Amino acid sequence: MSNAGLAQFQQVFIEESLEGLDTMESSLLALDEGGDGELVHTIFRAAHSIKGGAATFGFPEMASFTHEAESLLDEVRGGKRAIDKPIIEVLLRSVDCLRAMFDRARAGAPLNDATSDGVRGELAAMMGREAPAPAGPARRAGDQAGAWMIQFRPHVGMLAGGNDPLRLIRELAGLGELAVEADLSRLPELGKLDPSECHLGWTIELKAPVKREDIAAVFDWVEDECDLVIEPRPSAVVAPAAAPAPAPANIAEAAAARGTREASAESSSVRVAIDKIDSMINLVGELVITQAMLDTFREDFDPSRLPLLQQGLTQLARHARELQESVMGIRMLPIASVFNRFPRLVRDLAPKLGKQVKLELHGEQTELDKTVLEKIGDPMVHLVRNAIDHGLETPDKRRAAGKGETGTLKLDAFHRGGNIVVQVSDDGAGLNRDAIVRKAVERGLIKSGDGLSDEAVADLIFQPGFSTAAVTTDLSGRGVGMDVVRRNVEDLGGTVTIRSKAGQGSTFTITLPLTLAIIDGLTAAVGEERYIVPLVSIIESVQLKPEALKTVAGGGELFRFRGEYLPVLRLHELFGCHGATRAIEDGLVIVVEGDGSRVGLFVDGLVGQQQAVVKSLEANYRRVQGVSGATILADGSVALIADIAGLVRLHGRRKAA
Amino acid sequence: MAKILAVDDSASMRGMVAYTLRGAGHEVTEAENGQLALDAAAAGGFDLVLADVNMPVMDGISMVRELRTRPAYKGVPILMLTTESHTDKKMEGKAAGATGWLVKPFDPDQLLATVKRVLG
Repeated sequence: MSNAGLAQFQQVFIEESLEGLDTMESSLLALDEGGDGELVHTIFRAAHSIKGGAATFGFPEMASFTHEAESLLDEVRGGKRAIDKPIIEVLLRSVDCLRAMFDRARAGAPLNDATSDGVRGELAAMMGREAPAPAGPARRAGDQAGAWMIQFRPHVGMLAGGNDPLRLIRELAGLGELAVEADLSRLPELGKLDPSECHLGWTIELKAPVKREDIAAVFDWVEDECDLVIEPRPSAVVAPAAAPAPAPANIAEAAAARGTREASAESSSVRVAIDKIDSMINLVGELVITQAMLDTFREDFDPSRLPLLQQGLTQLARHARELQESVMGIRMLPIASVFNRFPRLVRDLAPKLGKQVKLELHGEQTELDKTVLEKIGDPMVHLVRNAIDHGLETPDKRRAAGKGETGTLKLDAFHRGGNIVVQVSDDGAGLNRDAIVRKAVERGLIKSGDGLSDEAVADLIFQPGFSTAAVTTDLSGRGVGMDVVRRNVEDLGGTVTIRSKAGQGSTFTITLPLTLAIIDGLTAAVGEERYIVPLVSIIESVQLKPEALKTVAGGGELFRFRGEYLPVLRLHELFGCHGATRAIEDGLVIVVEGDGSRVGLFVDGLVGQQQAVVKSLEANYRRVQGVSGATILADGSVALIADIAGLVRLHGRRKAA
Repeated sequence: MAKILAVDDSASMRGMVAYTLRGAGHEVTEAENGQLALDAAAAGGFDLVLADVNMPVMDGISMVRELRTRPAYKGVPILMLTTESHTDKKMEGKAAGATGWLVKPFDPDQLLATVKRVLG
């Protein structure tokens, strides 16, 4: 687009088209499962919007590609063709092609490639054509004359339809000199005249060297609402042009010629619902009012008005909090965009693995932080693949186990406390405790399974390099294990746990913070320093007696917690803090979990719980191990936010060293 | 300058139309589908309605038909924004009461020229 102001709509168009493609895909999948005919209309509408927009916003390649898909859909819609598997297949591939084309559009790369050409050929072949026929009606070469006689008799109702004969005549006047004669013969008596009806007719002589189609174009909207005769005035016929004028460049060429597309750097943007913005504007308004009220104290600080001041400050605090929530809400998007890729994945994957799977989605409207949303997809894909590959049994085995042949895979998202919980559950065989223990012993992860709780055994599958699949498939056996899933989730400040019951299935539960920009944490004192420990990683805080501490070779300290020995990390040593408590009985040990391991953090004491706005340390200073960021406390001082997973890894390395 | 109601379910298309018309000094109200357009139109006072054909909830043709039953919209120009170059869609719109049409794709200049053609 040549106009910078209009370029913004090109971006909007790409985003809404990608949404439209998601709709097409999910509707196609629903059709495949025997959905109703209304779905065809939904799919057609989405394709139609993409086609219309693509041509308008300078993507003729996509317009012509979508045109092929739309034509096929139109035949289905019109009942000329029954929807069947091959059609759904080729349309699904078309969706993939278009998605790729939009991605290339964002990157500024050429839009067509071999794949898109191939699929386009398939679409055309399906409609019994060799290659896409170039669109565009053949123009009839119009005859030309120096002067024209036009008989124009509008039907009675023309005015009601918004067309004004006067406007048409004025438009004709734009072509050349007019001589107009009104025909009043059909005019009713004044008493019976309805001014909203049209009873006049005109005979118009136009002196202009124009073509018939130029005149017809003036009347194009009213062809059905009038009697129209356009004929050359006999004396004025001129010799027809030797050759028809070159046809105007077709629209696609024109659009392509509009200049090379601006290389649109992929900018990350969020579409925000109007009501969210309205609520924010409302809050800002409240804030301004409160501020104005507080401002009066500048001039008039009378002790008698103290209650008013307190009230104002309370309001200010409330508005600030609400505004904060509201602004954070902008980053929140429904998890549906992640969930929606699974119907396709399951559909493609299940038959390859010889499984019958019914996918259920729940809580698609649960909102997640945009960054979390972008990063949660991969771990979820892995969990879903695992569930189909290892969790759910083949129809034979299910039947033998007295279950239905079709397994159920359930994705669920919901709020719990200040967190978002995403669950992937299956009603498959569940984890095989013996197989896991055997493998873990084989890998040297444990000595034996004796005394290990089911929970602890299940947790073993999150260990690096762990895999129990008897047959490594091309899908799950790609070297990415559950440890990576856990790592990814923890990088987002979340946790992943597993609950499994033999013969009944497994549930993987991912717990995520609502947002990455603000964390709930406990403020811990270490000497003069303050550290924020994210609440999500805290299991418990304990005070230890000196005798509970065991020192092991190499200087490490351990303590017993719920039946296992955990190392103690003294934060004052790790970060070199001055004036910190050293005696274990005077301080506090915070038991935290990160990277699948538990450690105790030794601090002087806890100061309180607070929400911390995360400031990037990397952006302002540099990356520091064991620290995920910084925040500013109420007194203006800076507190570092402990990166629990990082601290655990740091400890691991120290131990190894 | 005119008061114009722009109806299209595509935010990009609606945005482009509204942006272009506002740039030309018109007052534009946007609506996402036929039903919302009818609600917006109830307030009245529009000099021109531009409506997409294919929309969820209520399509453009039903919307025009309904609008034309309202006395306030008798004679108000209503243009269909259509990609159908087939005459059947145009004629369907006309039969429902549309004044004319503008075929997508169009650029801002074509849009302004057409609006000018209707409003004079």
